[in-house]
Amino acid sequence: MAQAFYREAIRDALAEEMRRDPRVFVMGEDVAIYGGAYSATKGLMEEFGEDRVRDTAISEAAIAGAAVGAAMAGMRPVAEIMYFDFMTIAMDQFVNQGGKNRYMFGGKTTVPMVLRTEGGAGRCIAAQHSQSLEAWFTHAPGVFVVAPATPADAKGLLKTCIRDDNPILFIEHKMLYGVKGEIPDGEHLVPLGKAAIRQEGSDLTIISYSRMANTCAEVGKKLAADGISAEVIDLRSLKPLDTRTILESVRKTGRVLLVSEACSNTNFVCEIAMRINEHAFDYLDAPIVRVCAADVPVPMSPTLEDAAIPNPDRIMEAARKLAKGEV
Amino acid sequence: MAMRDPVQGKVGRKDDMRFLLKQMMQIRAFEDKVFELLARDILKGASHVYAGQEAVAVGAMQAITDKDLITSTHRGHGHCLARGGTLKLMLAELCGKETGYCRGRGGSMHIADVNAGNLGATGIVAGNIPVATGAALACKMRNQGQVVLCFFGDGASNNGTFHESLNMAGVWKLPIVYIIENNLYGMSVSVKRACAVQDIATRSSAYAMDGVIVDGQRVLDVQATVAEAVKHAREGKGPMVVEAKTYRYRGHSRSDPRVYRTKEEEAYWHDHDPIKLFRELLAAQKVMTEAEMDAVEAEVDQEMAEAEKFTLDESAYPPAEAVFEDVYAGWIQGKYGLEPIQK
Repeated sequence: MAQAFYREAIRDALAEEMRRDPRVFVMGEDVAIYGGAYSATKGLMEEFGEDRVRDTAISEAAIAGAAVGAAMAGMRPVAEIMYFDFMTIAMDQFVNQGGKNRYMFGGKTTVPMVLRTEGGAGRCIAAQHSQSLEAWFTHAPGVFVVAPATPADAKGLLKTCIRDDNPILFIEHKMLYGVKGEIPDGEHLVPLGKAAIRQEGSDLTIISYSRMANTCAEVGKKLAADGISAEVIDLRSLKPLDTRTILESVRKTGRVLLVSEACSNTNFVCEIAMRINEHAFDYLDAPIVRVCAADVPVPMSPTLEDAAIPNPDRIMEAARKLAKGEV
Repeated sequence: MAMRDPVQGKVGRKDDMRFLLKQMMQIRAFEDKVFELLARDILKGASHVYAGQEAVAVGAMQAITDKDLITSTHRGHGHCLARGGTLKLMLAELCGKETGYCRGRGGSMHIADVNAGNLGATGIVAGNIPVATGAALACKMRNQGQVVLCFFGDGASNNGTFHESLNMAGVWKLPIVYIIENNLYGMSVSVKRACAVQDIATRSSAYAMDGVIVDGQRVLDVQATVAEAVKHAREGKGPMVVEAKTYRYRGHSRSDPRVYRTKEEEAYWHDHDPIKLFRELLAAQKVMTEAEMDAVEAEVDQEMAEAEKFTLDESAYPPAEAVFEDVYAGWIQGKYGLEPIQK
């Protein structure tokens, strides 16, 4: 096993798939000469040339829509939308065209494309560069949503997504690019719709994804020192969602803490709570608890940003209360 | 910007001219039938009919080959038929039948025939302009000599995706022809009130591409103009804009009383009807006799009747249990959410 940064894992996944399949190409703002705003496409233009690694104008709707059209016409585009916040501009193309064409056209087409984007808070860059908008997209039929937390999952999932025939939103996290982790040698593929159990436990289940899954894993270790046995689930794919792994864990622990960096109101984790309600209600020993972001635009000032976004202390506190039956 | 010099008079072989006439008649008959079925409430949903604009789709489609691609709009019946679509599969789709082009999932606004190079219609005005541009990028990268015809209306040219896409095509010199069907209204708002320029083709100059205006009521003019643009694109010289001045006879949709335009204006355009103008030309040039052209019309009426019978009497609705099919490739809704389809 080799160590690699998350951003290197992304780049390696792209490079391996571009070597494997001439239909795969990369386009987006600043992805070629600059190598990506977070360096996740560095070196690709040098290896694959400007035809397959394309700098675009600042035109998010055209980038997303062009990926849809290129996919329908036989290519396998991987387009980058520099910040998740800018997906609002690309949304019609991705959701209304990309996500629906297969169904609207009677199953007679596929739209094999990946939109890579990068979300989350932590850099004090305020309300239009820090959002976690995944729930807007999990709501849309026809598109998949993936949010890896580790370098290994970033690599393995991106490769899988590029090979999949559906339009996929691949959400990276700006605070993870500099995180290092072990990556299995050789061909490494992670399946869609399979959660990872980061820590096994029996007292409560903590469910999260993206950067917060790493935070929850850390919290899980600290809880163990306090004699609380937490099972920590990293969803990895939000859609398709690994409901079975969630339900198995809930049946074991009877207590559930949901953690997300997105705003609390209609957060994606509400869907998880609903599925537990539908399929494992009788196994619950306590109400389901969530720790999500405050329902505010992400503030710039570090004190306010920290107040708005879940942090280890608040997750720990919620987990302790839940484990001790204080909820 | 001046309109392109007319080519009328330069008619082609009789079989070819008969084909153009028949296609325009098919579209007109289809749209008349759609309006009738809407009024009888047999056809559900929204239908934006193409009657009046037939020469644009029919002329433009003559300029491309089977390997080329097109994208269509919410007013897309004419594009699909001119691209080789059949009255039967079209009407079945509009009526939501399993036998339709999209097995009844799309209906009027989402007719596609991707295998035949029709990447589909969209209900979002200007929604397909980026998609067409991306398809043209794929054509360029695959380097098999394909071009894309991207149809849309005057209203779409005021949307941001028009400008983003034309810029992208201009920068990358993509093999695409943007065909603006300027029918003077975006729903009820006239081009005069919605568009800062009246000749929309002039907008091409902002994206380093040529624009040309053509009389969209004259099918041979459209054909010749689009053919030049397609040649330009196919030779790697980059994208072009063709603006066809045209008119839709019906309202935007069935509930539209057309209070925003005058009877005199409508009469002017009916006097410049594309089928009427072409019939006059073919008669004057002695390509076809009135009787021969009437016979084509009768043939179309017969085909339309067969399509109606096929749709209403011989085609079933999709079964309710099929509702989850084909949302995703390889996955389907199961008890616990999406599950891989077992092969």
